[in-house]
Amino acid sequence: MSFVEYGDTIKDGDTAIVFLGHESMFPVKVQHGTVTQTKYGVIRHSTDLIGKKYGSKVTCSKGGWVFILHPTPELWTMNLPHRTQILYSTDISLITMMLELKPGSIVCESGTGSGSLSHALIRTVAPTGHLYTVEFHQQRAEKAQEEFREHGVEHLVTVTNQDVCKNGFGVSNIADAVFLDIPSPWEAIGHAKSALKAEGGRICSFSPCIEQVQRTCLAMEEYGFTEINTLEILLRVYNVRTISLQIPDLGKAAEDNSSTGFDSSKPSDQGSPCANLQQGTVQFKSGVPLREVVGHTGYLTFATKSLV
Amino acid sequence: MEGGPSARIREGDCAVLKRDEVFKAVSVLRRRKIIFEKQWFYLDNAIGHIYGTTFEVTSGGNLQPKQEVEETTTETKEAGTDNRNIVDDGKSQKLTHDDIKALKDKGIKGQEIVQQLIENSTTFRDKTEFAQDKYIKKKKKKYEAVITIVKPSTRILSTMYYAREPGKINHLRYDTLAQMLTLGNIHAGNKMIVMETCAGLVLGAVMERMGGYGSIIQMYPGGGPVRAATSCFGFPKPFFDNLHEFPLSKVESLLSGTFTTETLPADPEENTLVEEESNGLSEEKQTSLQETEEEPAPEAPMEINPAEEQDTMDINAEDVEFKENKEKENKENVREKQIKQWERRKKLKEAAALLSEKNADGLIVASKFHPTPLLLSLLEFVAPSRPFVVYCQYKEPLLECYTKLRERGGVINLKLSETWLRNYQVLPDRSHPKLTMSGGGGYLLSGITVILEKGKADSSNSEALKMEEPSSKRCKLQDLPC
Repeated sequence: MSFVEYGDTIKDGDTAIVFLGHESMFPVKVQHGTVTQTKYGVIRHSTDLIGKKYGSKVTCSKGGWVFILHPTPELWTMNLPHRTQILYSTDISLITMMLELKPGSIVCESGTGSGSLSHALIRTVAPTGHLYTVEFHQQRAEKAQEEFREHGVEHLVTVTNQDVCKNGFGVSNIADAVFLDIPSPWEAIGHAKSALKAEGGRICSFSPCIEQVQRTCLAMEEYGFTEINTLEILLRVYNVRTISLQIPDLGKAAEDNSSTGFDSSKPSDQGSPCANLQQGTVQFKSGVPLREVVGHTGYLTFATKSLV
Repeated sequence: MEGGPSARIREGDCAVLKRDEVFKAVSVLRRRKIIFEKQWFYLDNAIGHIYGTTFEVTSGGNLQPKQEVEETTTETKEAGTDNRNIVDDGKSQKLTHDDIKALKDKGIKGQEIVQQLIENSTTFRDKTEFAQDKYIKKKKKKYEAVITIVKPSTRILSTMYYAREPGKINHLRYDTLAQMLTLGNIHAGNKMIVMETCAGLVLGAVMERMGGYGSIIQMYPGGGPVRAATSCFGFPKPFFDNLHEFPLSKVESLLSGTFTTETLPADPEENTLVEEESNGLSEEKQTSLQETEEEPAPEAPMEINPAEEQDTMDINAEDVEFKENKEKENKENVREKQIKQWERRKKLKEAAALLSEKNADGLIVASKFHPTPLLLSLLEFVAPSRPFVVYCQYKEPLLECYTKLRERGGVINLKLSETWLRNYQVLPDRSHPKLTMSGGGGYLLSGITVILEKGKADSSNSEALKMEEPSSKRCKLQDLPC
C-alpha cells in the first residue's frame, strides 16, 4: 500500500481505514502482534488483517464486523489527526483542477498544517512531480514529515520549516502552481511569484474572510498576476429517504378516489423497500438535505502568473 | 512533458483562444481563418510565441503580440460623488453610430476609440469614480479586442464546454467534474473504467490526471466512442497507448461468459473509429485546400449555439465523412481492410481481457443514460476497496440507483451530493458575489466497493441498512451536547 499506488492485500506497516458504518471510521497502523479495539470487539492485526484483501469484511471478537479499506487522500482527510483546521475534499477538488495539477507538476504549498491537502496534491503529481511544502510550526512540520514517511510518499515531498512570508518556499522558478493557506497570504505573493516558473503558472489562496481576499487580490494585481478569480464552493449532501405523505380527507371518500389524481399508495415503481403501506398515503423517494450543513469554508482566489 | 520547448505555440498544436471569459478550442494551422467573438483572424503569427501570450487583432486578420501600454491617465482625475444630476436624455454621447463606425473603418486602435468615447461623453466627468471605471471597462471590452492563446487543460476545456455547449456534456459543471476526479481518486497508475457521453471531456480529464500512466477502458454506446473534446487536450501520442475501448452492448455477454469477437458488428464501428483517430490528419488536408472554416471539424461545433441540436449536427457530419471514407475504402484493397479488422478485434480482445480481470481501480460514469443498469453491471469489473462516482444531471435516477446498490450490496459509504459554486467580484469597496450557480451543475453518487459475499447479499443489505439508518440518529445525538 501507498497513498499513490493501490495494493491488493493488507501488509505489515500499512495504514488502513477501519470502516464501522456510515461516516464512522478511523485509520489504523497495521502491525504484527497489535490489536485494535472497536465497539464491535477486538481486531487482531496478525490474524484479522495482514494478508487479507482490502475491502474485506473482518469479524471482530464480539461478532460484529467492519470493513478494512485501502487508504486514499479522501479517506485520510476524513480521518486524520487534526493539528489545525483542515481543507476538505470539496475545496481540494476545485483547487486541484483550477491549479491544473497532474502527474509531473511541481507544487508549492504553505502551510502544511495537518497535511490534508498535501496528501491530495502528492497523489495527483506522482510519480514524477514534487510537492514543496512550508510550515513555520516546527512540531507540525516534523509530524507531517513523519506521516509522509509512513504513507510511502516521502520521496515526493519536501517539508521545510520556515516562515513563507519572510523566507519564501526555498525554491525559485520551478513551480507550476502555488497554494497558500496562511493568515496573511498577501505577504507571500511575491515569494509565490518567484517560486513559479518563468513561463508562468497558477496560484491559489484560501482565506475565510473577505478582507483577506481583498488584500490578496490587490497584492496579486500589484505583482502582475492575471485572471484573478475568487470562487466559493459548497457541498450539499442529500440523505436518500422514502417519504410518505398522507392524503388529506376532504370528504370525497368512496365514490371518486381515483380522480384525486394521485397514485395513492402504489409502491413506487422503483421497487423501494417500503413496508407498511397505508391507504391514503403517497410514497416517494426524496433526497433530503441535511438539517445543518457547512455554509462557508473559505474563499478560493485563483490567478495566473503570465510571462514576464 | 510540459514546459520547456513545448511551452511555445507550434503548428498543429491544439490551443485555446481566450477573450475575457470566453474560450474557443482550435488547432493551430497556417492560413486558416478563425472566427472568434465576431472577429476573424489567422493564427500564423502566433506560432513560435509562448503560451499565455496576448495578441491584438490588426487589419488583415493578423495577430500582433500586445505591448504593455502605460495607462494614459495623465490628466487630472475629475469625478462626481453621486448621480443626482445625471439625466438619461440619450444625448450624452456626442459621437454618432456612424462616427464610431467611421473610426473603426479607418483602422484606428480600439484604445483610441475608447479615449474618444470618453472625451465625447458629456456626463463622464460627473460620474462617480467607480462609474467611470465601469464605463471604461465596458468600452474596452467592446473595442479593445485582445486574444490570449492558452494551453488546453481540464480547467479551461470544462469551463469552455459548460459555457458554450452544456447540452453536449449533460450539463456537467466544471466544479462537479473536479469532484468526480477527486472522489474517484484518479491518479497515475490506475486502471480505470470510464463510461461517458460527455463528448470525451470526462475521458480527457481522467487522462490528464493519469498522465499516461496506467490504463483506461472506455465503455461506449453505439458504434464507437466520441472523443471530440478529448482531442482538444492535445495529449501526446503515448497517452493513447493504454487507452482501450469496449462496446456497452457486449458487457452482458462478457459477464455471462459468452463473449466472442466473432459476432462483432464490425464494419460501422471500424469506420467511425478510423475516422475518429485520423481526425487531425484529415483536417489538415482539408484546410490546406479551403480557406474558410465553416465545416464542423472537431473544434467547429463550439461555434454553434443551440446546444440541443448538437448531437444531430455531429451525426450528420460523421455521416458525410463516413460516406467519403467508404468510397475511399472501396478503392483501397480489401487486404488492408482485413488487417484493420483483425487489429480491431485484437484491441477488443485486449479490452475484454482487461475487464475480465475484474480488478479495475475505479469506475466513472457520466452519461445521458439511466445510471442504475450501468452501475449494476460495470461495478462487477471493479476491485474491492475502490471508489466509484456516477454523475447524473438529475437527482431522481440517482435516488433509485442508491436504493438498487443497497439491495445489491458490495458497496459502502454511498453519498449523494451536489456542489454549489459562487463567483465573486473583488474590488476595493465593491466586493460582492457575482452569480450563483446553484442549479444545473448536476448530481453525484459516490461510494466505495467492498467484497460482496454472494448469497448473503440480502442479509448484508438489511444489516447495512440497519447500520446506516440509525447511525444518522446517533450523529444527531452526538451533535446535541456540542
